[in-house]
Amino acid sequence: MWWRSASFILDRQQHQNRTVAPSPESFLLSSPPPMADSPLNPKSNISAYYQTRAAHHAVVTSDWLAQAQAAVGRHSDDDGSLGDDKGAAPIGGGGGGGEEEGSGKAFSVIDEFNSWRKQPALAEAVAAIRALAAVIRTSEATTMMELEIELKKASDSLKSWDTTSISLTAGCDLFMLYVTRTSALEYEDFNSAKSRLIERAEKFGEISCKARRIIAMLSQDFIFDGCTILVHGFSRVVLEVLKTAAENKKHFRVLCTGRPDRTGLRFSNELAKLDVPVKLLIDSAVAYTMDEVDVVLFGADGVVESGGIINMMGTFQIALVAHSMNKPVYVAAESYKFARHYPLDQKDMSPARRPIDFGVPIPSKVEVETSARDYTPPQYLTLLFTDLGVLTPSVISDELIQLYL
Amino acid sequence: MDPRRTARTVSDPKVRQVGFFTPAPPERSISDPPRFQDPIQPPSPSPTQVNDHSPSGNSLSPVMIPPAHHHSDNFLRTALQVTSPTKAFSYSAKTVTIPPENEDVASSFSPGRKVFSAKSPSSFPGVKASSVPASELTTVSVVNLPPGISEKAGGASVEVQNDRPVSAKTLKEKTSKAERRALQEAQRAAKAAAKAEGTKASSAASKVVTSANTKPSKAAKSSSQKNDGSQVAASEKKGGDRAPEKDRKKDAPHPRMQYDDKSRVEKAKKRAVVKQTEARNRVELFRHLPQYEHGTQLPDLETKFFELDPMHPAVYKVGLQYLSGDIRGGNARCIAMFQAFKEAIKDYSTPPEKTLIRDLTARISSYVSFLIECRPLSISMGNAIKFLKNRIAKLPLALSESEAKSTLMLDIDLFINEKIILSEKVIVKHAVTKIQDGDVLLTYGASSVVEMILLHAHELGKHFHVVVVDSRPKLEGQLLLRRLVRKGLSCTYTHVNAVSCIMQDVTRVFLGASSVLSNGTVYSRVGTACVAMVAHAFRVPVLVCCEAYKFHERVQLDSICFNELGNPDAISKVQGREEINYLDGLVNQENLQLLNLIYDATPSDYVSMIITDYGMIPPTSVPVIVREYRRDHLWS
Repeated sequence: MWWRSASFILDRQQHQNRTVAPSPESFLLSSPPPMADSPLNPKSNISAYYQTRAAHHAVVTSDWLAQAQAAVGRHSDDDGSLGDDKGAAPIGGGGGGGEEEGSGKAFSVIDEFNSWRKQPALAEAVAAIRALAAVIRTSEATTMMELEIELKKASDSLKSWDTTSISLTAGCDLFMLYVTRTSALEYEDFNSAKSRLIERAEKFGEISCKARRIIAMLSQDFIFDGCTILVHGFSRVVLEVLKTAAENKKHFRVLCTGRPDRTGLRFSNELAKLDVPVKLLIDSAVAYTMDEVDVVLFGADGVVESGGIINMMGTFQIALVAHSMNKPVYVAAESYKFARHYPLDQKDMSPARRPIDFGVPIPSKVEVETSARDYTPPQYLTLLFTDLGVLTPSVISDELIQLYL
Repeated sequence: MDPRRTARTVSDPKVRQVGFFTPAPPERSISDPPRFQDPIQPPSPSPTQVNDHSPSGNSLSPVMIPPAHHHSDNFLRTALQVTSPTKAFSYSAKTVTIPPENEDVASSFSPGRKVFSAKSPSSFPGVKASSVPASELTTVSVVNLPPGISEKAGGASVEVQNDRPVSAKTLKEKTSKAERRALQEAQRAAKAAAKAEGTKASSAASKVVTSANTKPSKAAKSSSQKNDGSQVAASEKKGGDRAPEKDRKKDAPHPRMQYDDKSRVEKAKKRAVVKQTEARNRVELFRHLPQYEHGTQLPDLETKFFELDPMHPAVYKVGLQYLSGDIRGGNARCIAMFQAFKEAIKDYSTPPEKTLIRDLTARISSYVSFLIECRPLSISMGNAIKFLKNRIAKLPLALSESEAKSTLMLDIDLFINEKIILSEKVIVKHAVTKIQDGDVLLTYGASSVVEMILLHAHELGKHFHVVVVDSRPKLEGQLLLRRLVRKGLSCTYTHVNAVSCIMQDVTRVFLGASSVLSNGTVYSRVGTACVAMVAHAFRVPVLVCCEAYKFHERVQLDSICFNELGNPDAISKVQGREEINYLDGLVNQENLQLLNLIYDATPSDYVSMIITDYGMIPPTSVPVIVREYRRDHLWS
């Protein structure tokens, strides 16, 4: 038995002592760990990420239907209330943190992040990195190590503030990786290293835009004349892809799904502006129309280690239908959305909730499934278009291993 | 020839039956009476020939027999079986002497089992050429013929095969147990004597044989393909084969021994420290794997302790523990081996006029081959040994002996700590995130990592239920169950037979693995594949926990090529149930073959996730880990 080390005891102690960086799952699952009441979004049963998404992408231009406008109003209201919550968040966080200084930084990080996040064009990961850059800017650290620790704290508080946003987590991880792994930083004096980091963070925003361009170029081979494309929800990458295709004078038709959060309406509107023939479906009509579809194209909130994707609710069932009808399913996603998660099934993710508006009051005894996202396993995906190239799902994990190990 | 043929045709059905009979060759080889007779009384040709060919051929080099033929043979045989009054026939065959064939036969055997003397009067070529228009019977027999036999004559006796009388087999079968045993005994004695005399002659002879034999399948094929192929061609082939064969051996470092390759087995036996009795009645499909009668080796080994001068006592002890089953489980075996090597290195001193790097490598190799004799290496041990040898080879020449030794010992400790103990902890940390309150976890057998995971999750206060699935004969699950129950986990215990019933309540399946191969195949305790498949059918995620040092770049598609055979007695007897004795006395029956496999291969389709020290990865990413891992940490 000597080889069976008494590791449990050690592990337990470590686990109790180590309040930093609990992985999102354990964070939500285990009965409140020491840190649970620190900078957690107070309205934690509602996913901030999906709220913002809806707020950004469900906005429809004024020439749209009145109903759509009503929706816009409601959502922006939600957003406003969310803003208040953000204000409240630091207070909740103040109680928990043992390290005053650290939590003080955390506040500013989250506020910073939220201010960046309000810009619709900015990807969440970029917002996170900009927020971290702000931390560097305001930091009073005098050594690299200090700065690293500070950044680590900041990124942890960011991550735990919204555990449902995969690209936020991935963005933080990526930036931390850059900070800790870049050997060039070691030989410079501290201030120039600092400015280099900030520069890098600034660049990241451009990278994200560039990634979209690359993906759009790569995916042109897969959109052929006369094809019918089914899209789900609103994805900036997918929009970029279709825009490029339209600019390349390809003739294609797009089917948009309209539910659950009406982002499809906005998407169809954008496409209509490009003079692309577009048709709006309700999600329940997907199977009905699938035989006229040639290509299914999704964006992704996150690409996970198995090669599957996490995306807006409804993605999985569309992928299932497409798979059973032998239609190719493509996913367009930037590589900063790759995350070291590995959900085993739908319930194996931290729940991301979002209120759903049924238009009528729901009796209190009726439960509503409010989850905002689902997980599509890799076997239902054909290819992923990323800025690293066109990849099969199994390559995702390879890339992740090379990135993070 | 002619008389013979006629005889055959007369007893058509019987003959066929005999000829096809493939299943229990090894036994025959062991017990083979004729062989023995040969050296002693060469002149009685006909019976010997008959016997020799069929048994020796089958038993020794089944490899060479094209499998497809085999099967068809079997079918035929079964079809025909009804009619056969075998006994009478076989006896008659014995008594009848067939002149032409006899010569061949006589030539083939020398005293030891392994050693063939080259005294053969090469009469065969004629035989073949002259061979009667091939009836289906003849062709059949050709197929079955073991090329090794033909070649052993040192001459070009390849053709002999064709003539081999089908009836020979029946003859063999007829010999009573006692008879066989006596023969065996005699053979053994003869062998010992031969050895004592001076192995030179015999070894030389055997060398010839082996070199000729190494490429037997080719020869066999060619001979069978063209029945009338001339002896000359055959001999040429042999000559040509020899040289490249040697080269090839040098190139390929450690081809796994194929235990149906007679010549190699014999060679290995000569080298062997542990005398193992080969089990009888091995299953056809698995004859390339070593199988020994369990329990026979231990006393022999113990008495030999003082004769084995190069063996370090620590290694010796570990070997004995492997043999007796005291140490089992991939990690435990690996660590025990490394601890023993550490001891050995500590006590090592470079002999004069030798360099440490070379001598120590050779020393370690001899230890390893000793351990292999005790029990075949697991893949993880293979990896560990590779690591150690690489470290030895990379020692700077300038290092003094004591420095070199201490570096090596440090390396060993590092390997144990980092690759085994630490990585277990990391795996536990990852895996615990997949356990949620209210889960029902199923595990199969006893894996140390899975046990750690379950206990750790329990300590974290998660509420879950554990289903321990177990199987005969090892019942390892009970050990796990005991430890879990003691720690207060709520458990269900069941046997693998009930796995499909219990699976619908299960939410996660945690499995250990002996190795993960680069196509994602999980190589693990037999029964794992079954559990994984049932889980897949019920759409329950299957999580395989395996340390990265157990990953191997090999690709395996089935569990046949590489496997380990356990003690067949373990499945034929039920411990503590005296009333279940239906197999008593049947174990040595020729038509009963017991198969006790130790491992099986689970295809990657049934695995949802592999948890390793590098995190949770899909089975498709195993090659990446193998690649990266090697580059970063280990050999290369």
